[in-house]
Amino acid sequence: MQLHLSPEDQAFRDEMRTFFTTQISQSIRDDVAAHREVTKESYVEAQRILNAAGLAVPHWPAEWGGRDWTPLQRHIWREEMQLAAVPEPLAFNASMIGPVIAAFGNQEQKERFLPATANLDIWWCQGFSEPDAGSDLASLRTAAVRDGEDWVVNGQKTWTTLGQYADWIFCLVRTDPTAEKKQRGISLLVFPMDTPGVTLRPIELLDGGFEVNEVFFEDVRVPAENLIGEENRGWDYAKFLLGNERVGIARVGATKRMIADAKEHAAQISSGGRPLIEDPSMRTRITELENELLALELTALRVVSNSSDGKPNPASSVLKLRGSELQQAATELLVDIAGPLSLASFADDDATDVPEWARSTTPEYLNYRKVSIYGGSNEVQRTIIAGTILGL
Amino acid sequence: MDFTFDTEQHALREAVAGLLQRAYDPEKRRAVTKDDPGFDEKVWSQLAEMGVLGLPFAEEDGGMGAGHAEVALVATEVGRVLAPEPFVEAVVLAGGLVADVGTAEQRAELLGPLSEGSSLLVFAHAEPGNRWTPTATGVTATRSGDGWTLSGVKEPVPSGARADVLVVSAAVDGGTGLFVVRGDAAGLTRDGYRSHDGTRAARVTLDGTPAELLGEDATDRTAAVELALARATVAYAHEAVGAMETALTTTSEYLKTRKQFGVPLSRFQALTFRAADMYVSLELVRSIALWATMVVDAPDSTPEQVLAAADRARLQTSKAGRHIGKEAIQLHGGIGVTAEYSVGHYTSRLTAIDHLLGDGAWAADRLARTVDAHPYVEALPA
Ligand SMILES: Cc1cc2nc3c(=O)[nH]c(=O)nc-3n(C[C@H](O)[C@H](O)[C@H](O)COP(=O)(O)OP(=O)(O)OC[C@H]3O[C@@H](n4cnc5c(N)ncnc54)[C@H](O)[C@@H]3O)c2cc1C
Repeated sequence: MQLHLSPEDQAFRDEMRTFFTTQISQSIRDDVAAHREVTKESYVEAQRILNAAGLAVPHWPAEWGGRDWTPLQRHIWREEMQLAAVPEPLAFNASMIGPVIAAFGNQEQKERFLPATANLDIWWCQGFSEPDAGSDLASLRTAAVRDGEDWVVNGQKTWTTLGQYADWIFCLVRTDPTAEKKQRGISLLVFPMDTPGVTLRPIELLDGGFEVNEVFFEDVRVPAENLIGEENRGWDYAKFLLGNERVGIARVGATKRMIADAKEHAAQISSGGRPLIEDPSMRTRITELENELLALELTALRVVSNSSDGKPNPASSVLKLRGSELQQAATELLVDIAGPLSLASFADDDATDVPEWARSTTPEYLNYRKVSIYGGSNEVQRTIIAGTILGL
Repeated sequence: MDFTFDTEQHALREAVAGLLQRAYDPEKRRAVTKDDPGFDEKVWSQLAEMGVLGLPFAEEDGGMGAGHAEVALVATEVGRVLAPEPFVEAVVLAGGLVADVGTAEQRAELLGPLSEGSSLLVFAHAEPGNRWTPTATGVTATRSGDGWTLSGVKEPVPSGARADVLVVSAAVDGGTGLFVVRGDAAGLTRDGYRSHDGTRAARVTLDGTPAELLGEDATDRTAAVELALARATVAYAHEAVGAMETALTTTSEYLKTRKQFGVPLSRFQALTFRAADMYVSLELVRSIALWATMVVDAPDSTPEQVLAAADRARLQTSKAGRHIGKEAIQLHGGIGVTAEYSVGHYTSRLTAIDHLLGDGAWAADRLARTVDAHPYVEALPA
């Protein structure tokens, strides 16, 4: 047990903080902080700067750009990045397909994909979910049939985040429809989004944004060399990948930033003749949220320091479950601070006296309902906690 | 105490429900709310023909002389299909103020056309620097010859760009006065925009804008504003109940039809119990909303009783709306956060209603000031 950061970790934190706040352009960080849409170019610019400094994929194996950091340092890295409103390295690249290729791909695939993935020269999207395969992912039906040197893919994916920006998709496909267990007949295929037969339909979300898509496959020919790992073992890779996805998903730093913003705004809003921040029930509410967040952060640190074997700890479900709830609570707090101003949601700058932060609150609140649904819904996380941890 | 509606009231409900359910399914609503003014003028006229837009006004003012029970029935049906027509905003709030404060001449001149659907009346009250106050400070009124002029900014004003006539609150000597401003008045600028729930709001900028005093005297109208806001709050509670009911039935239906793991989601008790909790929230808020309407309609209710009943309705609506709105999305999974599916729009509207006139925490703070003034809360007055 030791409370304080060691001098080395303290220096590490300062180094991260300085880097993130000086090397990533202010305008990109302002966009993230203001919950504006971050452009593809901004994501790419930020990730390339991080990658050049060895800060994009520190959790990868050292030979592919990873760093020999302690779990605590990784936590500090992520936290400081979120506090500084730096767009995080694209999760599909850095947390999902990258680690899978590093662990299960062949040498040729590693050389072909990993450097480009770390540098966001390839923008990946995740083709897992299907209309009838959400929580029950293993029931997916998109089929790949071997034809000579190719796989021929037919079917449909959905909820494909930022598919409109993507160069490549990593896709779970059914390669053995006769397998006894449905988990057994699945493989992981990767292919470019501009392959003939791939089409995209954007899905509008409640905030008016278009961040997800349906993706359709019609006789899409994929060379056999684009199968990652072994045929029919895709489910194992998917589980590995989803476990990694969950670790970063607590987003403690991002929630801290939202709470800090909320306090600043509450100091500017007048309620009953005094600043809203002086309202005792507002202070109680913020205090409770801060305490929950502290407990979550400490749990993240505790869990992280337990899982040095690199395997995701089942307790990462706790982080996903409560982390998503606290992100949502922070967005709700912001709506309530904006109060009646939140109704000016889609006003243009020159058509309103309502500050931008207040206008964005409800669209953001509605959009954030997603965080308890994706990455394994919170019901799925409870099922994991009950089953894997409690043995129920 | 009697929670039941009579035959005439049932007939009104059936008629309004029929009209609105024909007018709106989720797709039609999406189409209508895409373009200005964010609602369907035809539906507005049909509501007028049915007498709905004049429900609470006296017959001599061009209204139907009905009570808030009838208003509640209509608001519930509005909420049930998320009809984007500004019923509560125009009829209950703006119309209610004119009915209470206006001279006989003003009542006839403003409420008749409102009831007929030929003139949309809204209350421009919120100011960017004020938070759910019954007073105005950002817009000020100045005497000018026989009349008045107004200057300042009102925002956000629901349907503020589309309105034909605005009732505007403004600071006068000794308090907050009420004024009538025509849509074509000089020095009036309106910037309309879309709110997240598909309705429209606006920034209304007044710059030496000619205005007519509402009522005889330029006295403080804060109490009248407070009462009108309270009645609108109670009507919103019913609109919210209608919305929550659809959100719940849509969710239950979805649990029965959506299959995962080879079975309908309704096989998972983890989900059905949560739907059951939503039902509990719904029935509790329905009860308070109906009770608050009875308080509003009871001839011997004091203004304090009406305000307190509205705050209790508001607190419960806020809690239930958040609970049901969030769970409805969560139990749907991904489809719940899309604009293409209906359920998230219910959550969006419930969130709007929660923040238009004061949210639950705000109501709780007001009610908290009186906890030691009563040993317990009396539901049934003698
Ligand atoms: C904004 C957004 C972005 C996404 N991005 C991607 C992406 O890039 N790539 C990708 O592949 N997928 C993505 N997803 C999909 C996401 O992973 C799925 O939405 C999620 O797996 C849930 O599936 P579903 O939406 O079909 O809901 P369903 O599985 O139909 O679930 C509906 C409800 O039932 C609950 N439920 C289901 N089964 C059980 C059970 N056995 N016990 C208790 N409760 C249960 C769920 O938790 C949920 O509350 C995204 C989703 C969203 C909303």
